[in-house]
Amino acid sequence: MVTAFFGLIGRDLRLAARGGIGSLVTVVFFVIAVSLFPLGVGPESALLERIAPGVLWVCALLATMLSLGRMFDEDFEDGSLEIIALGPLPLELVVLAKALAHWLITGLPLMIAAPVLAVLLNMSTEGFAVLMISLLLGTPTLSLIGSVGAALTVGLRRGGVLISLLVLPLYVPVLIFAVGAVEGAIFGLGEQANLLILAGGLLAALALTPWASAAALRMALE
Amino acid sequence: MNDGTARFAAREVACIRGERPVFRDVSFALEPGAGLILRGPNGSGKSSLIRILAGFLKPAGGMVAWGGENMTVAPEAHNARCHYVGHLEAVKAALTVAEHLAFWAAVKGFAKADDNILAALDLEDLAEVPGRFLSAGQKRRLTLTRLLATPAELWLLDEPSVTLDGQSAARLEAMLAAHRAGGGMAIVATHAEIALPGAETIDMANHGISAAALLGESADAAAGEPDYGTW
Repeated sequence: MVTAFFGLIGRDLRLAARGGIGSLVTVVFFVIAVSLFPLGVGPESALLERIAPGVLWVCALLATMLSLGRMFDEDFEDGSLEIIALGPLPLELVVLAKALAHWLITGLPLMIAAPVLAVLLNMSTEGFAVLMISLLLGTPTLSLIGSVGAALTVGLRRGGVLISLLVLPLYVPVLIFAVGAVEGAIFGLGEQANLLILAGGLLAALALTPWASAAALRMALE
Repeated sequence: MNDGTARFAAREVACIRGERPVFRDVSFALEPGAGLILRGPNGSGKSSLIRILAGFLKPAGGMVAWGGENMTVAPEAHNARCHYVGHLEAVKAALTVAEHLAFWAAVKGFAKADDNILAALDLEDLAEVPGRFLSAGQKRRLTLTRLLATPAELWLLDEPSVTLDGQSAARLEAMLAAHRAGGGMAIVATHAEIALPGAETIDMANHGISAAALLGESADAAAGEPDYGTW
């Protein structure tokens, strides 16, 4: 079972590494979308500083959503999902492995790009550490919640729009508490409560979303 | 009919897809080393039956049992003992032939695949070739090596010889013979002639459900079949 779990993650990472620019789309989108804000709202540093946490998080959310469609679709269309489903690994753990691989491919690059973009937006330095912690807790939650949307729309042509409708409302709490934590740190209001809620959200997503996604995949495989 | 002690048995299995009844009353009992061929026109439910036997689909009626125990009791145990080869090749453009084998072994819970199985389907020269450069027949042969990559007692094959040339089809027959000689079972749905000596044949056309029969008008078409109230 351990072999199957890590074999699945290893294959997804290998496919992403060979996917060329396709696997970088998420982080490239993130960088471009954030860079548009100084152009759009003007280079006034006080304004940018004020909106930096929100801009970074909204763009991270949209970038993650862009990449959700690929989580199960390719494996479903070429029959790999049938093979994976017929392994000893329960589908719930398959979902967990796919979500973890998805986070490594999309969430982790976002975390690496975020501090650079925060400098670009003139975000105050008090917020940097909390921004990174909020991303570390928040982006895996986005991948896990996204797995439900991806599993429900698997096999649908043009499932991308549907995924955003399904998943974006569920992303709202992550956005609120993550931005709240970063702003709390910047304005000296304290960030602990917001970070704890984010951590709670991650644990809840870890415990609940694999069941929902696995049930949706079972229906797709019928 | 009591086939509860057979290694792998189906009893009066029925299938409904999208509110359309596909087949009913399919029964068989297989012992180790046995083979079963499914025949029938397009849409007669060969693929659906294979998917029921693999556990993807739930039968609308009847049951499938392994050693007398209903298959749905322990689906993961059933996964471990069967290989399913469907219409899709599951070949990734970016992965090499050898990497596919390693992944398929890992997914079944094995650290690595047998080294010499590529030779069984004449793929050893292609081990480092990525999937995108393989021809349709080569992809099919790669898919079939999955059967040898890890042991499984039951092979469920849905049109396994499509796109294979004569020589490769002969290799597939040899694989099937060796598998059954080792106590394995094989269930093959096919239109082609695949030699499976001593295998039973089920003609799915005999298990179809005509619209007339459904309306209860045609007693002769449904002669000898159970009444619809049972499923």
